[in-house]
Amino acid sequence: MSTQLLHAPEAEIDRIERAATEVAEPEDLRFYRRREGRAVAGVAGGLADHLDVRVLWVRIAFALLAALGGAGVAAYGLLWAFGQQAPSDRPAPEVGARERQQAFGLVAVGAGLSVGMGTLSGMVNAWVAGGIGVALVGTALVWWEADQAQRRKVKGALLGGGRAAGLRVGAGALLVVAGIVIFLLRSIGLDQVQFALLAVFAALIGVGLLSVPWWLRLVRDLGEERTARIRTEERAEIAAHLHDSVLQTLALIQKQSEAPREVLRLARGQERQLRSWLYGPAGYGARPGVPEDTLSEAVNRIAGEVEDTFAIKVSPVLVGDCPLDDRLRPVVLATREAIVNAAKHAEVAEVSVYAEVEEDKITVFIRDRGKGFDPETVPGDRHGLADSIHGRMERHGGAVRLRTAAGEGTEVQLHMPRTKVSP
Amino acid sequence: MSAETPAGKPRVRVFLVDDHSMFRAGVKAELDTITDAVQVVGEAGGVGEAVAGIARHRPDVVLLDVHMPDGGGAEVLRRVRATDTDVVFLALSVSDAAEDVIAVIRAGARGYVTKTISSAELVTAVLRVADGDAVFSPRLAGFVLDAFANRPGAAPINDPELDLLTPRERDVLRLLARGYAYKEIASELFISVKTVETHVSSVLRKTQMSNRYELSRWASDRRLV
Repeated sequence: MSTQLLHAPEAEIDRIERAATEVAEPEDLRFYRRREGRAVAGVAGGLADHLDVRVLWVRIAFALLAALGGAGVAAYGLLWAFGQQAPSDRPAPEVGARERQQAFGLVAVGAGLSVGMGTLSGMVNAWVAGGIGVALVGTALVWWEADQAQRRKVKGALLGGGRAAGLRVGAGALLVVAGIVIFLLRSIGLDQVQFALLAVFAALIGVGLLSVPWWLRLVRDLGEERTARIRTEERAEIAAHLHDSVLQTLALIQKQSEAPREVLRLARGQERQLRSWLYGPAGYGARPGVPEDTLSEAVNRIAGEVEDTFAIKVSPVLVGDCPLDDRLRPVVLATREAIVNAAKHAEVAEVSVYAEVEEDKITVFIRDRGKGFDPETVPGDRHGLADSIHGRMERHGGAVRLRTAAGEGTEVQLHMPRTKVSP
Repeated sequence: MSAETPAGKPRVRVFLVDDHSMFRAGVKAELDTITDAVQVVGEAGGVGEAVAGIARHRPDVVLLDVHMPDGGGAEVLRRVRATDTDVVFLALSVSDAAEDVIAVIRAGARGYVTKTISSAELVTAVLRVADGDAVFSPRLAGFVLDAFANRPGAAPINDPELDLLTPRERDVLRLLARGYAYKEIASELFISVKTVETHVSSVLRKTQMSNRYELSRWASDRRLV
């Protein structure tokens, strides 16, 4: 089959896909935090990209601003909180080792400047600054973990990132608490700290209780959103399958409408494929729990193969089923040979296959209503019936009966005793 | 339009139920061109429409699609047969999964053929069910044999009259499953075609009435029983 046959539908699909990308094209001018090559949260890098200046200048600006009563730190925090992380498909700039060192250096300088200037100006004393610093580091740790979680695209919860993530979040929380305690210890007396902590806990519990409905709704919305996404994905998968199989076959059929045999072959092949896709791995009337390699599966499979190869219809009917063993495989092969013979010589459009599994034996009938033949006149060089069917069956303890006459069709009967009675 | 065929037998009045109008048109055209013995008197594309149409036209045979919105062929069978048990149904479907086939048979259809059947065979099937006989596709015969098989560990038989097939019925079913026509079965078993028909009708009755586990399970997969 030439690819030219598929030309029309493919061109159509191309056009649709191009139209879709064109719609999504307008350039995105929003501020994004950098995903790669970042020292803390990618704010400086993102800002540099956004303003189209060098990262180094942005970082120096932040560090210097940090000296002005911590304004740089605050600005950084706000941009972190409100700036979105860049989507993963945005191109990331190359970052050298030198730039990284500079970045970390400037972070240290900024931190030092903010603490140092604060202490010098007497606005805050060292203890308070230390407390705030520790709390800030803790906050940064938790936020950073949240960014990581988003990067991993963890489905659902914020804390869904394994033990390491939990540890990081815990450590961050601990640092924040420690920072606050240090701060409180210096600002107020020890006895008041107890009271303050109690008040804080009481407030937290109150807020927690009040916000329960909101949390519940959040969780439910999340669940609904996930269900919707799964449904969409499923629909997309079905659409993709139909596109790859049914639509392509229909396109081929339209192109070949003047070749009925070819159309029939395509239609039958497609029908079988769709059925096995719809009704599960065992094909027709899939029965769950039947072990993988069974007689029914094997017979359905060979029927399909012959259909595809010879453009005829093979309709297998199976009664009972059993796993394939060493005595049944020759039966399946002999069945295949008999169907192929019918397809080649009988000049019919349909071959019926009937296989029955009984407790002590297996019987297979392969029948066509074709022209039939006289077994006595088959030339000696034809090995199909003699070797592939008779020989194969008899070697394994089975028997073959043949009913045919010129003009009256052919029926091959295969009998094979079963090795063991089914439990 | 005459109600009599040249042979003097009244024409079989057929009603088509299928949710694909293209398919209805195709079957109608085929039946009109290849035979005088049947006459399409009406058609419907949905369950409600079908129930109303069957009540109005009172056809001899309803060709019934299994898969339709609003409950499918089984729902049509249930609603029509609640008031009128004379109408004969022949199920016509693309699906030959056991649940579908057994479900419509147990809901009261007198036969089951797949849509890939040739037009001549369809006419034969219509005439056969119109005469009160049953029509078994090879695969349906296979399913029934399977359902009535005596496997070790199967559920105990409550009613031997309904839950077991006679050896003769089994022979007939086997030949049906092997793709034999009624005439061929008759000559193979040295019995008359009429006897073959009797055996098949008896098997149909057992399939519809028996409480064998396989049958009720297949039917209950379509919430029918």
